[in-house]
Order: sequence, then structure tokens, then C-alpha cells
Amino acid sequence: MNKKGLISIIAVFLGLIAGALLMLVTGHNPIEGFIYLIQGGTLSLERIGNTIATATPLILTGLSVAFGFRTGLFNIGTPGQMLAGGLCATIFCLTVELPRPAMLTCIILIAFIGGALWAFIPGLLKAVFNVHEVVSCIMMNWVAYWIVYYVIKDNFPNGTVSTESRAIVDSSTLRAPWLSSLFGNSYINLGIFVAIIAVIIIAIILDKTSFGYELKAVGFNTHAAQYAGISVNKNVILSLMIAGGLAGLAGLTQYAGNATNMQIGIMPSQGFDGIAVSLLGNNTPIGALLSALFFGLLYAGRGFMSVMTDVPPEIADTIIATIIYFAATSIIVERFLNKLAAKKKAKLAAQVEKVEPITPVAPIIDTNVKNTEAKNEDTVGLFPPQDASEEEKGGE
Amino acid sequence: MWAIIEQIFPYAIAYTIPLLIVALGGLFCERSGIVNIGLEGLMIMGSFASGITIYFLQASFPGQTWTIFVGLLVALIVGALFSLLHAFASINLQADQTISGTAINLIAVALTVFLARNITGSGNIVLRTTLAKKNITILKDIPVIGALFFTNTYSTTWIVLAILIVFTFLLYKTSFGLRLRACGEHPHAADAAGVNVGRMRYIGVLLSGAFAGLGGGIFLVTFSGEFNGSVSGFGFLALAALIFGQWKPLGILGSTLFFGFASTISNVSQVIPELATIPPVYLKIFPYIVTLIALVIFSKSSQAPKAAGETFDPGKR
Repeated sequence: MNKKGLISIIAVFLGLIAGALLMLVTGHNPIEGFIYLIQGGTLSLERIGNTIATATPLILTGLSVAFGFRTGLFNIGTPGQMLAGGLCATIFCLTVELPRPAMLTCIILIAFIGGALWAFIPGLLKAVFNVHEVVSCIMMNWVAYWIVYYVIKDNFPNGTVSTESRAIVDSSTLRAPWLSSLFGNSYINLGIFVAIIAVIIIAIILDKTSFGYELKAVGFNTHAAQYAGISVNKNVILSLMIAGGLAGLAGLTQYAGNATNMQIGIMPSQGFDGIAVSLLGNNTPIGALLSALFFGLLYAGRGFMSVMTDVPPEIADTIIATIIYFAATSIIVERFLNKLAAKKKAKLAAQVEKVEPITPVAPIIDTNVKNTEAKNEDTVGLFPPQDASEEEKGGE
Repeated sequence: MWAIIEQIFPYAIAYTIPLLIVALGGLFCERSGIVNIGLEGLMIMGSFASGITIYFLQASFPGQTWTIFVGLLVALIVGALFSLLHAFASINLQADQTISGTAINLIAVALTVFLARNITGSGNIVLRTTLAKKNITILKDIPVIGALFFTNTYSTTWIVLAILIVFTFLLYKTSFGLRLRACGEHPHAADAAGVNVGRMRYIGVLLSGAFAGLGGGIFLVTFSGEFNGSVSGFGFLALAALIFGQWKPLGILGSTLFFGFASTISNVSQVIPELATIPPVYLKIFPYIVTLIALVIFSKSSQAPKAAGETFDPGKR
């Protein structure tokens, strides 16, 4: 666990270094850039509020992707599910008038169901026809993109701006004046509570319920799960639907919270950023919350930075994209850490041998390490007898 | 009806060609065993590279056609170089290919707009002149075909078709092609037969980068004329075409034509009264829906490379 956290921090660090290098190469001062970037997200209560608001959809998409990963699915369909959930909620907000508590309950439910139904199709295809969810989710993203484009354009057009829907009145959205004024009129809204509650519920489902255990079992080993009497098909569909519902909520917080209208002709960037959030947060709900707040800071601060310096705001996007790359290639960091650990162990073993040559030293084999090759390189040379006996045990 | 077909045909071809070359790149990548969902990002990179090259060359040599071809060459090279990131991650580091591909997509969008802002001051690069359409002298007078294929064509169309023929031959009729396909079907068998799996996969990824870069360049000089940090989902559409074409060169030629026509009709349907009855949304989502249907139909007999997406670990049997 600690090591995974360390790897995440190293990935962030490498991403920031890449950003700094990019600023240097293009003739900007990286230190100045980073100072303004962080100040832009934290300098005042309003900016902190905006950081939290920017992070809200990211928490939910990150949670969606993390939930998928934990149950053995790669939910790359978050942008489409965001759009589907957001569209359902937007239509409801624009057409129905209800007292506020009922309204809030309804839009949260509707956004969740919209996203869940959108993810139901890839789930069904995976369960019944064994179609890989990555491919079908990508297709579903673009189907959602075009449906939203034409539904908004034809039915809920904004008179002046052709790339937006009609604006929703604030009282029908997640916006809350008391919260906004608490944070110096920032655009923070009730979405953050939705996100935090979702984080808690998902954490409980994954770690404390037999339902979550079943989902994870299917993710770890389909055949073993089936043998144990778990319905694999049902669980695959349910996992994707829950993940899709979370992404649908992200759509709600983005389109009827942070904004009060729907943008068309653009794939929501929060969807794919969810993959970064999840990876950086080690695919845990709390990790997703923390890493989303970090990304929210980068996104919220970039505007201030590009006003104060002449660094283009896209530096924040570049840093985040680079962090995903480093998170994907974290094996190189893992190998490096393993080598360091092996060196330490070697030193320790040498010292122990000097004092008490008879005491055997148990090898610390990290089960988290995916690359068995690297593990063997590091451990076989050091502890040949133990390793051999372990292998024998395994063989029996 | 014939008049309509004659009218939209050149547009449909212009739409098809970048899709075709990108899907062909994806084909070589997946046939070598590496899934590449970073095609969109590689296209954006190529589009940016050709845009910036042509932008500066046209400033010094206004109106010269060769500047556009230099731009396309640069797009090809930059695309290949950028795809090295994906190759390194998925071959040397055995990273998750989907995550690496996603990273490629996101890096490309962010980095190109960042650089464009630094270089030109805005996120956009507008070309002064794009590639001109030409009629081919004698062939255009052939009755039916002449009007469809040889009037108002881009020279890039013929370049891409030539590439398609050469690389189809390479894939099926040479030992290189056989080795490449073997790496995508059964890398351990290929390895045992003495094929360097890593090198073959590097070639596959580099080809996808080069072709996607070229596709991005062609998209810019024929289709859009302006770089703005996006290629409107062409990379993902090419991915759909690759699947719908069942990972075969002729299959992707058919599927890209099919998608090209569907998209073109949806773009012009409001202008042409006969087509206005079909809501454009159906035509827009059509390629993705038929791909989903194809995935279902072919789920039992899929022609997908068996080892695509799996990392090759020579120690694992």
C-alpha cells in the first residue's frame, strides 16, 4: 500500500518535472509558473471553492473508473456516461418544475440511472457476447456525443450561443446560494456532497459488503468466482452499471452544478481524466478523492497562471496527461524501487551474517509486484535456497 | 439521385481517405499484437506538425504546392516519433496498452494546443492555402467512373491508395508480413521460431504512428484547413472502421468508404431535399452502432488478432 502511494507520488513528481521542462523549453519561468498555478487554486476562499467545484466531477469519474478497475473492468466509457447522465438530468431540469428537495432527489436519481443505462449496453455485450468493454465503451462514447449534440441542438437550443443548451434556472440545479456565498461567491455547489457521499458508499460496498466481495472476486478470477457459485454475468453488468451511474452523477455535477447548461460538440474532458484520477489514487475511493482534488487545483489555477505569466493554460492538461503516462509506465519506477530495496536487504543480510551467520533471513516477497521477472532477478540471486524451497512448495 | 451521388462523391472520398490511412496504421499495430487506442492523439500530433510546417513554409513560399507535401512528410515522421512513447510503454515496460493509448490521446491534445499558443499566439493554426482539387486529364472523360473518381480529386487520395496496395502486399505476401501477423496471433510460437517479437511490435506501432500522423496531415490539408487541437473523433472512427473491417486491408477499405459516405450524407442531408427526411443523428451514430453490431455478430468468429492487447512475456508459457 505504502509502496503504491510512493509510486503515485513519483508519477506526480515526474509529471510536474515534465511540465517544468516544457515551460523552460518554451521560454517561461517554471518556478513562477507553478507558484501562480498553486496560488490560482488556493489564494482566496473563492479560489478554494472553485478548486473544489472543479474537482467534483473528477472525483466521480475517478470513482467510476476505480470501481471498474476493482471489479476487473476498464470503464473507458466515462465521457459517454457523463453525457448520458447529464443529458437526462438537463432535460428533466428544463422541463419539470418541482419543490427543491424533490427536484434534487429526482435529478440525482435520473443522472445516476441515465449513466447506468448507458453502461448497461457494454455490460450486456460483455456478459452475453464477450465483447471487450473498452471497444464497446468507446463506441458508446461517440453515440452519446452525437445524440446529445442533436437532442440539445434541436430541442433545447440556446438562442445566442450555438454550442450550448438553454440555461437551467439555478434553483433547479445543484447550485446553493448559501454554499456559494460561504466561499466568496465561487461556483462551488451541492455536487461536492454528492461526490463525498458516493465515495463513502462505494468504499463501504467494496470493502464491507458481500456484494462488493462478489464483484471483486469476479474481477480477480472469473473462473474461480463462477466455480464458487457467483453469477459472473450478473456481476459484470451490475459493476458496469454502477460505474456508469457514478459517471452519470459526474455529468450532473458538471452540467447542472458547475455549469448551468450543456456544452455540445465537445467530449467532456473529465471523463478520460477520471482514468488519471483513478490510477493516481491507486484505484481506491479515498485515493480518487485526493487525486481529484489535486487535479482540480491544477485546472482551477491554470487561468490565474496564464493571466499572471504568459504560460498557456494547457500546461495543466499537459501535466495531467503526462502523469497518466508515468502512472501507466510505473513498472519502471517499481523496478527501481525493488532494486533499492534489494540493495538495502543485501546490506542488512550482510550485517546479519556478520553477527549471526546461522539465522536464516526470510525473503520479503512483495505480492504487489506484477512483473515476476524483475522480482526473480532481485530475490533469486540473494536468497537462492529459500526461493527454491518456495518454488517446490508451489509445485506440490 | 445520380446527380446527388455525383455531387457528394468527392466529399465522401475526401472524408474516407484520412480514415483509411489511419485505420491501416491501426491494422499493422493490432496485427503485431499491440492495441492502439491512441490513434486519435497520433492524428492530432500529425495534424499539428504538418500545420506548423506548412504555416511557416507558406509564409516564405506563398502559394507553392510542395510546401504541403513537405508538411505531410513531417506529419508522418512526427507521428512515428510520438508513437515511440506507446511502443516503449507497451513493449519494453509491459504497461496496460489502453492506459498508455489514453495517455497518448490526452498528451497530444494538451501539448499541441500548448505549443500552438506559444508559437502562433492562439491555439489555432489557419492554413493560407490547402491542397487543391484536380481533374485527371484523360481519365476524367471516361463515362460513369470519370465523373466519380477522376474529377475533383486530391493527389493524396492516390498516394494513400498506393500505400494501401503496397502494404497489403507486404502483409500477406512477404515473410515480414507473416512474422508480423504471427506476433499478433501467437507471440510465443513466433518467438520460438526465431522471430524478434519486440522488434516486430515496434515496427507495427511505428507504422501506426506514421500512418496516423500522415492521416492527421491529410485531414488538415484536405478536410479542415485549420488546426484547432482536434480531429473531430476521426481517430476513434478509424478504430471503429478497423474493427468493422475485421482487421483486414480490404475490409477496412470497405468499412471506411461506408463510414465516409454515412458521415458525408449526414453533413449534407439538410441541404439536399431527398435526404432531409433522415434525421442526421442516425447517420452520425450509424458507424458506431454498426460496429457494435459487428462486434456482436463476429463475437464467435472474430478475426481479431488473438494476442492483441496482451503483453509479451517470454518467460510465460
